[in-house]
Amino acid sequence: MAIQDALLAFPWAVALIFLPLAGALSCFLFPRIIRTLGLITSFSIVVSVVGLGWQLLEQGSYRHTIGGWSPPLGIELYADGLSLLMLATTALVGFAISIYSTAYFKPTLAVKFWPIWMCLLAALNALFLSADIFNLYVTLELLGLSAVALTALTGSKEAFSGAMRYLLATLLASLAYLLGVALLYHNFGSVDISLLAAQIQASPAVWAALGLMAAGLALKTALFPLHFWLPPAHSSAPAPVSALLSALVIKASFYIFLRLWFTLFEPVVDSETISTLLGLLGCAAILWGSIQALRQTRLKLLIAYSTVAQVGYLFLVFPLSASMGSVAWNAVAYLIISHALAKSAMFLSAGNMISFGGHDRIADLDRVVQRLPLTAAAFALAGVSIMGIPPSGGFIGKWLLLEAAVTQGQWYLVAVMIIGGLLAAAYIFKVIGYTFSPAKVMHEAQSVSATMQWPALLLAIGAILLGLLYVPVLSMLSISDVVIASGVGL
Amino acid sequence: MNWNDWIPLLVVITSLLPGLIIFTLAEDNVRARVMLNLFGAFAKLALVGLMLWGVYFGYHYETRLPLLPNSDLVLRAGPLALLFVTLSTILWLVTTVYAIGYLEDSPHRSRFFGFFSLCVTATVGVALAGNLITFLLFYELLTLATYPLIVHRGTEEARQAGKTYLRYTISGGALMLIGTVWLYSLTGTLEFTPKGFLSNIGEQHYPALIGIFALLITGLGVKAALVPLHGWLPLAMIAPAPVSALLHAVAVVKAGAFGIVRVVYDVFGVEFAAGLGVLKPLAWLAAFTIIYGSIRALFQDDLKRRLAYSTISQVSYIALGVAIAGPIATIGGVVHLVHQGLMKITLFFCAGNLAETLGIHKVSEMNGVGRRMPWTMAAFTIGAFGMIGAPPVAGFISKWYLGLGALNNDQSWVIFVLAGSSLLNAAYFLPILHRAWFMPSPKSWPHEHNFGNKETAWALLLPPLITAAMALAAGLLVTMPFSPLEWAKLISVREFYQP
Repeated sequence: MAIQDALLAFPWAVALIFLPLAGALSCFLFPRIIRTLGLITSFSIVVSVVGLGWQLLEQGSYRHTIGGWSPPLGIELYADGLSLLMLATTALVGFAISIYSTAYFKPTLAVKFWPIWMCLLAALNALFLSADIFNLYVTLELLGLSAVALTALTGSKEAFSGAMRYLLATLLASLAYLLGVALLYHNFGSVDISLLAAQIQASPAVWAALGLMAAGLALKTALFPLHFWLPPAHSSAPAPVSALLSALVIKASFYIFLRLWFTLFEPVVDSETISTLLGLLGCAAILWGSIQALRQTRLKLLIAYSTVAQVGYLFLVFPLSASMGSVAWNAVAYLIISHALAKSAMFLSAGNMISFGGHDRIADLDRVVQRLPLTAAAFALAGVSIMGIPPSGGFIGKWLLLEAAVTQGQWYLVAVMIIGGLLAAAYIFKVIGYTFSPAKVMHEAQSVSATMQWPALLLAIGAILLGLLYVPVLSMLSISDVVIASGVGL
Repeated sequence: MNWNDWIPLLVVITSLLPGLIIFTLAEDNVRARVMLNLFGAFAKLALVGLMLWGVYFGYHYETRLPLLPNSDLVLRAGPLALLFVTLSTILWLVTTVYAIGYLEDSPHRSRFFGFFSLCVTATVGVALAGNLITFLLFYELLTLATYPLIVHRGTEEARQAGKTYLRYTISGGALMLIGTVWLYSLTGTLEFTPKGFLSNIGEQHYPALIGIFALLITGLGVKAALVPLHGWLPLAMIAPAPVSALLHAVAVVKAGAFGIVRVVYDVFGVEFAAGLGVLKPLAWLAAFTIIYGSIRALFQDDLKRRLAYSTISQVSYIALGVAIAGPIATIGGVVHLVHQGLMKITLFFCAGNLAETLGIHKVSEMNGVGRRMPWTMAAFTIGAFGMIGAPPVAGFISKWYLGLGALNNDQSWVIFVLAGSSLLNAAYFLPILHRAWFMPSPKSWPHEHNFGNKETAWALLLPPLITAAMALAAGLLVTMPFSPLEWAKLISVREFYQP
């Protein structure tokens, strides 16, 4: 029992931030065993998340004041069901990507990759555990910079221009967000979310602050039409990095958006107009992203545009949350996780196909089904979730969104979601169709190690299994201590 | 917790698990693959036999697992479900034997048999589904599992056929999804219930219900190949013969037809649906499909294509029987689910034998083939007579009940459709039989394989003989207990028109 109590009292949340930082440092210091260090750190994160999850299940939502200084002076860590889900997704996807990366990167690149990846992991964990808008800014900035550095990792011309665009976008977005934070601090003298929520009142300054923050976050999340930076960055990065960017990094800024919307935005702005606007942008993202994906001839660009489309689904939660709060809320959580799993699986399997054939031209995929069956299966299963076909996590998310939309009579959203699903099927099966048939030009095939094939497949299987795990996922999500008017747990 | 709660799930697993294991087997591990396939098939058969017996004596088999808030994954073995499950299980076994013979030495067999098992898993799931969401889940799984079988050969033509297939089926699935969500938001339940679960709904929702019916039937009509949603079926002929056989007899088209039965009887309730006025259009559509498919079949020289158009026509008998309403026509429609399956799979097996043994793909190449392959052509002849509706083959029984039911419901126009269709069936099947039995054979066949003194390999010959014998038995032994007809009557009494 003593051990149990000690484990329950252990500050797992602090470990989640501290461990990857320590990992990054040791990766710098001991480059010869860099893979082992990276793997150990990734695994310890998984363990810590399990510990934190146990804590949350036993004790409800979690607050930890670092150094005993309470807000508004000190820094507070906060975790509830949503943070736990995000942390768990990050840990699992991160672990799979770490395994993949041990085989993917040659030693010269590995020494650059691992420290930055560990920093990015620390930034992600800290972000999901932050409870004040300034801390969120700091973590967001750290996240953005590590992501840009990873994008530019190979140093090729293509990667460099992609990373440059990404850098400008992310800096601009952080700046806008920071301005908003400054305005709020100036008006209310606090950056703690719950303190702000208690004080906030509608005024032009507040509107300006929220507008700036929203715009910054939308730019980071690549919401249409602010997605221009995403396809070049996500498609030119090395495969594991693309997976990280699409699966986790853009989710982080969306997570902040989601939190702030329900605590700060909704009470003080004309939420109906703005949520309708966000919904329309989401619809545009779904249609535009899917059509662009369908037009691509390169696999990684196709997957990157698919991300643009899938981000659109996330923003549909805002117009739907008005009267169907809990359903839309569960839907968006489900979509975030299943997209994270499925999209990382897709990028990793694309990485395998590139290592295998030396190119990512879709029409020349050359019987990948026979020659890389595990990778082809990973891509196809991930595709099932992206299309939203049952049984898969993507289906449950989409079903819940559809249910909310039909019940509220928002038929245009129903139409867009269905068309988006059909377009997704079109672009995914376009790839799958070519993996069955021989290419016109034969090429030398390289062997792809099992270390790279299995993580992709397991992530994809996870996306499928998520479709059968509705009850446990939901019980995790419902850990909370604040319930606001629309029945949404925070 | 007792065993009966798990049997429906086990029935699904007996093909799912072997399928998944087969994917991992090496290409040349023929023995393990065959063992797994046969073990799965026989285990499934035993379980289904057990349930048939149990249901006959009033036991209840239901598996319920949480899937979504307020809607579980439900697998329930009612009489109607069992009819379809039994058909799929028996024909899966037969087709597996056939496929082992047919694909001997061809590449990628592990992949083929893996997806083949998944395809059966999905079909059995469709049959056992106890609510609309479970049905949808397996219905979509069926789409995904059949796609790799259609593009199996990996040629450009196969890729195009696969693309067309997906265009139709994924769009159909999307329409069904809308219909299902809409229905759920109106009623809060999706559970299949005898006489439907909609009769309490307020009249202001009737237009919405008509819309939902249209969405669901369109989605199902794609797989059931109702005109004008049939375009994928003739193209899907590119798949290897065992796939075509299974697709036409049980898996895909039947899943659609079966879904129509479910929607009309267990979602809307046939009387409620008739009151909404949605059954008349369905009957006309089915009737049109019957005639249209037969006319198109007349002009096909490619044997498999001719059979494909024949399927389009024949499967609509089921929809027609349901749409006429009334117990007798429904018995005719439901029993045709089995009868058409037995007859059509025989015909496809025979077509596959002709292609594999002699290289014959066209009707015009079939002169005198009856003397070269008498057993195969005998089976073919039985199947063809059944399609025409000649007694004593099973097809006659279906048509008899359909006609009788139509007269009982004052819909005598159906008689003309049935008679017309029989005439047309005769017009496209009898010339084949005439060529095969009475025309002189050519000096050499297009591409002949030698099987010693046998007409073809055993694994290819036995399956059509078995299914032909079953089609004949289903027609001759109609009054025996557990015959398809008796079972259809049981369904009608217990599920559809229970007192």
